[in-house]
Amino acid sequence: MAFTLRGDYKIPSAIVKTLDGKQFNTAELSNDGKPIVISFWATWCAPCKKELDNISEVYEEWQKETGVKLVAISIDDTRNAAKVAPTVKAKGWPFEIYIDANQDFKRAMNVNNVPHTFLVDGKGHIVWDHNNYSEGDENELFEKIKSIAK
Amino acid sequence: MNQTLKLYLSCSLFTLFLTNIYSQGQIHGNFQVIAQTYDKDSLIGANAAQEKMLMNGFCNLIYTNKDFTAGIRYETYLNVLQGFPNGYKGTGIPYRFAQYRKEQFDITVGSFYEQFGSGMILRAYEERMLGYDNAFEGLRVKINPYKGIYLKSLYGKQRLFMGYGPGIVRGIDGEISVNELLDTLLSANFPQITLGGSFVSRYQDPTDLTYILPANVGSWAYRVNIAYKDFNLFTEYVYKINDPSADNNFIYKPGQGFLTTLSYATNIKNGDGLGILAGYKYVDNLSFRSDIREGLQNLFINYMPALTKPHTYNLAATLYPYATQPLGEWALQGELFYKFKKGSALGGKYGTQITINASTAYGIHKEPLNDLSTTRQGYKARIFKKDSTLYFSDINVEIRKKISEKFKFVLMYLNIAYNMEVVQGLGGKPMVFADIYIADLNYKINKKHNLRLELQALQTKQDQGDWATVLLEYTVSPHWFVAVLDQYNYGNKLDYKRLHYPYYTFGYINGSNRISIGYGKQRAGLFCVGGVCRPVPASNGLTVTITSSF
Repeated sequence: MAFTLRGDYKIPSAIVKTLDGKQFNTAELSNDGKPIVISFWATWCAPCKKELDNISEVYEEWQKETGVKLVAISIDDTRNAAKVAPTVKAKGWPFEIYIDANQDFKRAMNVNNVPHTFLVDGKGHIVWDHNNYSEGDENELFEKIKSIAK
Repeated sequence: MNQTLKLYLSCSLFTLFLTNIYSQGQIHGNFQVIAQTYDKDSLIGANAAQEKMLMNGFCNLIYTNKDFTAGIRYETYLNVLQGFPNGYKGTGIPYRFAQYRKEQFDITVGSFYEQFGSGMILRAYEERMLGYDNAFEGLRVKINPYKGIYLKSLYGKQRLFMGYGPGIVRGIDGEISVNELLDTLLSANFPQITLGGSFVSRYQDPTDLTYILPANVGSWAYRVNIAYKDFNLFTEYVYKINDPSADNNFIYKPGQGFLTTLSYATNIKNGDGLGILAGYKYVDNLSFRSDIREGLQNLFINYMPALTKPHTYNLAATLYPYATQPLGEWALQGELFYKFKKGSALGGKYGTQITINASTAYGIHKEPLNDLSTTRQGYKARIFKKDSTLYFSDINVEIRKKISEKFKFVLMYLNIAYNMEVVQGLGGKPMVFADIYIADLNYKINKKHNLRLELQALQTKQDQGDWATVLLEYTVSPHWFVAVLDQYNYGNKLDYKRLHYPYYTFGYINGSNRISIGYGKQRAGLFCVGGVCRPVPASNGLTVTITSSF
């Protein structure tokens, strides 16, 4: 497409909340020089949950091979924010979870709709992203992770 | 489509222009356009558009350079799509801001979104697909003066379509993280406690021919969040002084609201997962807008979440969805989530997930005072007391299971009671009782190719009678998708309304760019995001949607 202006695009700063209600600045997301996947989702979004369910099945393998960490950003507002912790814990998702209740981080990351998945390299640069989820999309994501994990 | 291209080109040129000026920082943004043709179809009630085609588009551009961020949103409605508020007219840059952040300070001038606590006292947000945008225009300062203490204050008017509402809103919010503040005193096992409080005031010129109105209306709220081990408790209480408005028929009664949620989630010893949620809400006369004469979804200062489950399958999502009743509502919700682990009797090879959700909403108890020509208090209400008018109830069960590497399914049943008269404001309509059955079957052909079949049936004796939906979706990861949808109103009491609504979609995705083309008939219904709903009229035609972020 016409836009290749990303260049030195780092994770922008926005205040989100942890599952126990503490404030967290997204600019502080890090993974010891290893890749990070940032996935925007919501409890009411079926393809989002499908994506995270599917990744959770292969996550151990991904981590072993590349050291990647997945950060799942829920954009649930007050209506559903209380459902995030029960959903995540009961499903057993091994991801780092934050709640972006008024979509400040979503806006800063220019997300139109969920699911939207970003890949961040070891230096904190956003190098790739993908909108929507279809079965099998996680394979493409893993290829990208491997290509930057070396 | 010409307009689409122009918008896209001007967006890219402007980006290039800015990038050249500010070679130091970064520019990024996103873009969306929806263009639709409208053909007449009198049977389904679809109207033709005089313009033949209508188009909504926007482009966000954000420039960042170290501690400085600035952004604009260019929006265009030529002319606005059917079903969106008609106030969106022409093109403009209704959203623009500059923000400076350094250590404990965060200053924004221009447009911004904000939420205090749960939002029941103040929330400015956007849902572009709904045409909802009540952004503030003014200034906001956030300070973190000491560890664990967070203060926010704002001053501004609110966006109303391409302009602003008349009221001026001032607000301050403080939040204390007890554990951060007293980190040297408290052990790591101590419950995580967060306390918060807000004050919001609206000024509006009180000149009125009929009533003596308060010029300034104040509202305040307190909240607490306690997280301990696997438990989380959140509670907020909001009070608003008397605020006569078109919503409450200009009564001088104060308003109040109470919201609490309690959740528990754990991994049981045997490896199963368990999540439990309970929520309760009481709302009395709490509609708070920056123009007392406005209605619909316009100029809300606060946000009252619906305590019901938002559904994704289309019959459940768009025929009888609930929206909060800000004038008075008593609501309860409970949810149980259980995951049988892999390898157990009920879990099978891949595990089984079950969700049971129940929610209900009633009117609140009101003792009429018949004082509309004297003191105009309207009625007396006792906090937490409901009356017998059912607004909504929904009991639903969902089972999610993977059978093999190739095949998985979701089965769902819903039982809904829906008070159309209250929720949709349609006088004389009956209470609707509906059963909905859903099967979502997924067959993974190979690593990239996937087939999904959705079967839905809604059965009711009221309103439009029975509906069925069939959706077949074929995706080729990571780029292509094609889907055929048919909705069929087979149980309508009127023979000539037993119609099919076929709709075809085709799309291409590349990274963060997505284009989809849809053609066919869309049924009238309610489109909801986050408990805010917009009635969408029936339509018949071609829709092109392009979204991109960069």
